[in-house]
Amino acid sequence: MRRKSAKSPQNIADYTLILFAFFWMALIIFLPLASVLFNAFKGGVSKYLETFADPDAMDALKLTLLVTAIVLPLNIVFGIASAWAITRFEFVGKTILLSIIDLPFSLSPVISGLVWVLMFGAQGWFGEFLQAHDIDVIYALPGIVLATLLVTLPFVARELIPLMDDNGTDEEVAAVTLGASGWDVFFRITLPNIKWALLYGVLLCMARAMGEFGAVSVVSGHIRGLTNTLPLHIEVAYNEYNTIGAFGAATILVGLAFVTLAIKTILEWRYADELSAQHRH
Amino acid sequence: MPAEISSQDGFIAPKAFRRTRVIPGFTMSLGITIFFVSVIVIIPLLALLMRPWENGFSGFIDTLFDKRVFAALKISFLCSLLAALVNLFVGVLIAWVLVRYDFPGKKLVDAFIDMPFALPTAVSGIALSAIYAPNGWIGGFFDDFGIKIAYSPIGIFIALVFIGLPFIVRSVQPVLSELEAEVEEAAETLGASPLQTFNHVILPAIMPALLSGFSLAFARGMGEYGSVIFIAGNIPYVSEIAPLLIVVKLEEYDYAGAASVGIGMLMISFAILFALNLTQRYFAKKGL
Repeated sequence: MRRKSAKSPQNIADYTLILFAFFWMALIIFLPLASVLFNAFKGGVSKYLETFADPDAMDALKLTLLVTAIVLPLNIVFGIASAWAITRFEFVGKTILLSIIDLPFSLSPVISGLVWVLMFGAQGWFGEFLQAHDIDVIYALPGIVLATLLVTLPFVARELIPLMDDNGTDEEVAAVTLGASGWDVFFRITLPNIKWALLYGVLLCMARAMGEFGAVSVVSGHIRGLTNTLPLHIEVAYNEYNTIGAFGAATILVGLAFVTLAIKTILEWRYADELSAQHRH
Repeated sequence: MPAEISSQDGFIAPKAFRRTRVIPGFTMSLGITIFFVSVIVIIPLLALLMRPWENGFSGFIDTLFDKRVFAALKISFLCSLLAALVNLFVGVLIAWVLVRYDFPGKKLVDAFIDMPFALPTAVSGIALSAIYAPNGWIGGFFDDFGIKIAYSPIGIFIALVFIGLPFIVRSVQPVLSELEAEVEEAAETLGASPLQTFNHVILPAIMPALLSGFSLAFARGMGEYGSVIFIAGNIPYVSEIAPLLIVVKLEEYDYAGAASVGIGMLMISFAILFALNLTQRYFAKKGL
């Protein structure tokens, strides 16, 4: 099968299409990015740097990093375990399990936060029990972690499942037949084969965990210095007309988005064969 | 492609191997998976599904058809639909440009398509709001003509256009680059104009990808929160979106009401998904 190769633009129609694509990207993607930088530096560099001296902003950044540090390892364990179970064994209900793993992708972030309030809020399923035992879930760290977990659950699994399915089981079966233990097989054969896809999934998961707004907003209660994550701090600052503070904090997350896209693009170019087929360019 | 050849000609462990479980770790890996899926997804969603019926089925219906809730659902639905439609055209165009042309900056454009995925929604929200507010770069221009973009449904629409673009481009792009050159050239040889070739040869081939990208963009739009609430202004009956009403109901400790709105949103998303599935089957039957 032969495919049409990309060509240089030749006539007016070609140039119009390309120019329109550039125009649209400038309008929809680049303009908002420029606006963040413009507003962050509106009062000069020193005003911008004051953002990083604001204790509320720094507490928010610390909380965001803490939540991410809790969520990432859990997602890695789930991603590897689910991919191992789904691609290495046959069992009843696999298709349903796959759809459930995908489900958080199609949930509104606000719903992903709401469900935890319905479980652990004052009038939730376990509300009375938690109150009686003085345990805080909603408006506290556990709620933020649970909401972030729900939102990010599919990220690592969705990278590993198609790849491990493609790779097949020959190498692992051979190793087991030759007497290797399960962990040996995993660390010496499976992990080296999936390491770049794992990194890819972890990267997307991290970006989402650090940037999640809707789900966290519902369960956080916006308590300054305690339950405000960086995206929530941005909201509070913006609503208080602290433009430089809001956009200054936003530059941290814009930087994160750039790093994410850069590493993602590098992985897609360099290790295309070791990612699942959907990311091969 | 070497990958295809090896999987066709090489040795693949027969399914029996998987069933006899030569590879260890079945109980542990499935156990961990089911634990996570139950605790993080299934049980919380059950809490959502079971909550609205506190005041009976009529309580659920009354919430959905409450004037303010109904207006919000309608605004979310219409803005998501319109934004997904615009992205349908623009997304195909950009995917086409990226697949078919070589030009300087192409790889950069390609990488930046994913920016709406990578950028936290709160950041997109305040950035879009700043641009389209009456004193913003673009909002100021339109304000001179008496057109309000931010704090109106137009603002919601713009935010959803931003958030939905990658869904269409990333669905269509791989299909477009895998198209066989011969079919197109045959159409051209037989005297088809470029537009005819596109409509009768290319469009049918990318249709399934297009529809799935459309439904993803629509569903994301229905549920989108962070990038919308800043630019929307959240004026009841005018620019209030459905997800925000969940937040409003929760602030009033109306858990059943919040759950009802959530289920209403999910029902609309599933209805669209179902309708698109039927459309896809209809096209498949017609042999398009």
